Amino acid sequence: MKLNLKVWRQKNAATAGKLVDYTVDNLNPDMSFLEMIDVLNDELVKKGEEPVAFDHDCREGICGMCGMYINGRAHGPNHGATTCQLYLRKFKDGDKVYVEPWRSRAFPIIKDLTVDRSAFDHIIAAGGFVSVNTGQSQDANNLPVDKNDAEKAMDAAACIGCGACVAACPNGSAMLFVSAKISQLALLPQGQPERDIRAMRMVEQMDAEGFGNCSNISACEAECPKEIKVSNIARMNRDYFAASVCSETK
Amino acid sequence: MALDSKIPDGPLAEKWENYKEHAKLVNPANKRKVEVLVVGTGLAGASAAASLAELGYKVKAFCFQDSPRRAHSIAAQGGINAAKNYKNDGDSVFRLFYDTVKGGDFRAREGNVYRLASVSNNIIDQCVAQGVPFAREYGGLLDNRSFGGAQVSRTFYARGQTGQQLLLGAYQALERQVGLGNIEMFNRHEMVDVVVIDGKARGIIARDLVTGKLERYFGHAVILATGGYGNVFYLSTNAMGSNVTAAWKAHKKGAFFGNPCYTQIHPTCIPVSGDYQSKLTLMSESLRNDGRVWVPKTKEDAKAIREGKKRAEDIKDEDRDYYLERKYPSFGNLCPRDIASRAAKEACDDGRGIVPSGFGVFLDFSDAIKRLGIDVVKARYGELFPMYENITSEDPLKTPMKIYPAVHYTMGGLWVDYELMTTVQGLYCLGEANFSDHGANRLGASALMQGLADGYFVVPYTIGNYLSSEIFTKPISLDSPEFVEAEKAADERYKKILSVKGKQSVEDLHRKLGKIMWEYCGMARNAEGLTKARKLLGDLREEFWRDVKVLGELNDFNPDLDKAGRVADFIELGELMVIDALNRNESCGGHFREEYQELGEAKRDDENYCYVAAWEFKGIGADPELHKEELKYENIKLQVRSYK
Repeated sequence: MKLNLKVWRQKNAATAGKLVDYTVDNLNPDMSFLEMIDVLNDELVKKGEEPVAFDHDCREGICGMCGMYINGRAHGPNHGATTCQLYLRKFKDGDKVYVEPWRSRAFPIIKDLTVDRSAFDHIIAAGGFVSVNTGQSQDANNLPVDKNDAEKAMDAAACIGCGACVAACPNGSAMLFVSAKISQLALLPQGQPERDIRAMRMVEQMDAEGFGNCSNISACEAECPKEIKVSNIARMNRDYFAASVCSETK
Repeated sequence: MALDSKIPDGPLAEKWENYKEHAKLVNPANKRKVEVLVVGTGLAGASAAASLAELGYKVKAFCFQDSPRRAHSIAAQGGINAAKNYKNDGDSVFRLFYDTVKGGDFRAREGNVYRLASVSNNIIDQCVAQGVPFAREYGGLLDNRSFGGAQVSRTFYARGQTGQQLLLGAYQALERQVGLGNIEMFNRHEMVDVVVIDGKARGIIARDLVTGKLERYFGHAVILATGGYGNVFYLSTNAMGSNVTAAWKAHKKGAFFGNPCYTQIHPTCIPVSGDYQSKLTLMSESLRNDGRVWVPKTKEDAKAIREGKKRAEDIKDEDRDYYLERKYPSFGNLCPRDIASRAAKEACDDGRGIVPSGFGVFLDFSDAIKRLGIDVVKARYGELFPMYENITSEDPLKTPMKIYPAVHYTMGGLWVDYELMTTVQGLYCLGEANFSDHGANRLGASALMQGLADGYFVVPYTIGNYLSSEIFTKPISLDSPEFVEAEKAADERYKKILSVKGKQSVEDLHRKLGKIMWEYCGMARNAEGLTKARKLLGDLREEFWRDVKVLGELNDFNPDLDKAGRVADFIELGELMVIDALNRNESCGGHFREEYQELGEAKRDDENYCYVAAWEFKGIGADPELHKEELKYENIKLQVRSYK
């Protein structure tokens, strides 16, 4: 099969970018989308053109490193799947496919389809943890956890930090990402002592990184490859509100 | 140089306690003056960086990915072993120790493995305290499941994402220390050399992958936690970026490489479907509980299936060869990984493979569906069937899965002593990157255990024993000749790669390397093939430096150039793997030499090969020097593994 690609090429954050046309032929429908980009890159190298820079690593949908905006959707047309889990059989022979990077003020472009997502690391560093040093813990079974809470915490913890939620959101909001971590820890007994301060600090850091606000569009949930729910955002808002009004923690 | 494993004296169960009680300490005020560099942020690296920073050391951590949370530990599915005995089924530290040594085909150190088993329980405690959402029972306590190579239920898990959840726990602990100012984190930085001054590791040269600039970093000690080297085979279950570069540079600077030929080939992966394929996907081993592995009895039927003239359903039961059940009646489809893998290869080499390439066998659930009903089977393997269907567009509930073995894990790695120090003073190696705990074959759910044991509970103790004598060492100037020279050598190498301007892409050369390694140093090896491979690899190395084509600029974000450097290192490593495989005239665990078998089964030679092969680098293309560390079994008896 054949695809007509329009790929975003941009040398770096300081230079303007543009969509460039490429046609890739002799493709196999069983190929993954990233393998198709590999084929394109190999052809470009042989022709003496620089390959398209894109992030990817595990290629099995768990590391969160890949992320392309394909035909106007974060991670492309599949539901609940990352870019690396997208296969060409989802497309028709001769389709025109737009391939763009994540677009958000807080995710500056590094090159072509590669963006800088270190803002996510900064948010975790601000409070996305339980403060327990190595060796301080008690026996694991001394702390029973309601199975339903543990399951809900796991649902939230499944976030892979890919940034699709930010890319899909017209406001460039990171609330789904931030609320997933806040929820995971708020649902577990281990997370209670720092629950207030965690919500305050992570939200403040999120704002400082330049992410937008939530206006209940839910595009984030629709495009999340791990199907994280927006109900986490409600929990985060409640925790943040309670902490800012009631808590002595500032 | 004689290898000293530094195993402490005393009875097995007291060695680690004895060690900790007598190890030298660094007082808190002095810890603030000591700098440690940690390369790699997977389970081992992130846990080490976090724990050392908590202790008060000044830590700099490096990863080549865009965030420490991406490290490939994240992809581990099944679980993590610990000897908690929460199931009351007779587990103990000794049993976990014994299963691990036996699973490794008696090629691991007793002292190290016992320590691993004894800290396994602390790991679970630590991770739960961090908020890792392990699976629980209705009473709120932790759940366990069974895994291969054990008769007890000791595997803790978080759905099929155990590696992810454990890594995020360690990553959050690391980021907490970043926030507190105790760790300086360098994302998108790749270590390209170790700086050794007066015999001690004193720093690294790292390449900022965004700007392409080389940078120098000083440390009183350097920790490598840089993962395994399965990508030497081109196709593996490893992440695309997983590489040997850091370990290989350390090897060239004096760190011995232990047992490089020990490679784990996992039997249940999705077969290669075409030349474009970039990686292989693992299907959990648990599928072999209900799936039956088979190929047609006749080559004619197999050919008809390959050509699409027949389907699996068209082959009558009496015309199918359930070869694992036939050859290993007592273990059947549940025989260990290395044995199941070799049997699949044998069937395909016999011309009875069932995918167009010839390299694939059926894993059939139809009997299980008849016995249990479709809903039970569906529930049992909930996430796996849709994942398979997404990749292959075939529904395993309707037609058998097609599987083939793939490279999954490397037991070999940098040689380390009991303190996890390499043969270079002050240079440590943790996790999959070292050789230490799995012998010739790793058991399922033991990789996560080892990575976290090394990082949380071993190196924080052992590194103090070394650093206590380093507290008076002032930070060494980054302009000292060793730093300058190491940076210059790295710079020249990258410039050289760009200057070749040949015809072959990095992918082309990597694929060629993979073909050689898989053909001659894969599931089955023999002296003739290995000898040939060594020649082919030498030629490929020259071909690389004569004909590689890398575009883009030196001082720019240039992933192709990054990869070129890694592939060049992989080619050199491949030569060492072949040399090691040729030297080991026996079959054990993941190393199967066709000349050494008895009735088709691996034949170990304990009299002559009960040792760790630690190789010293002597120059590119030159013969490395072999150093032997004899393995002494004082607490358990060497046995032959049999599954018939």
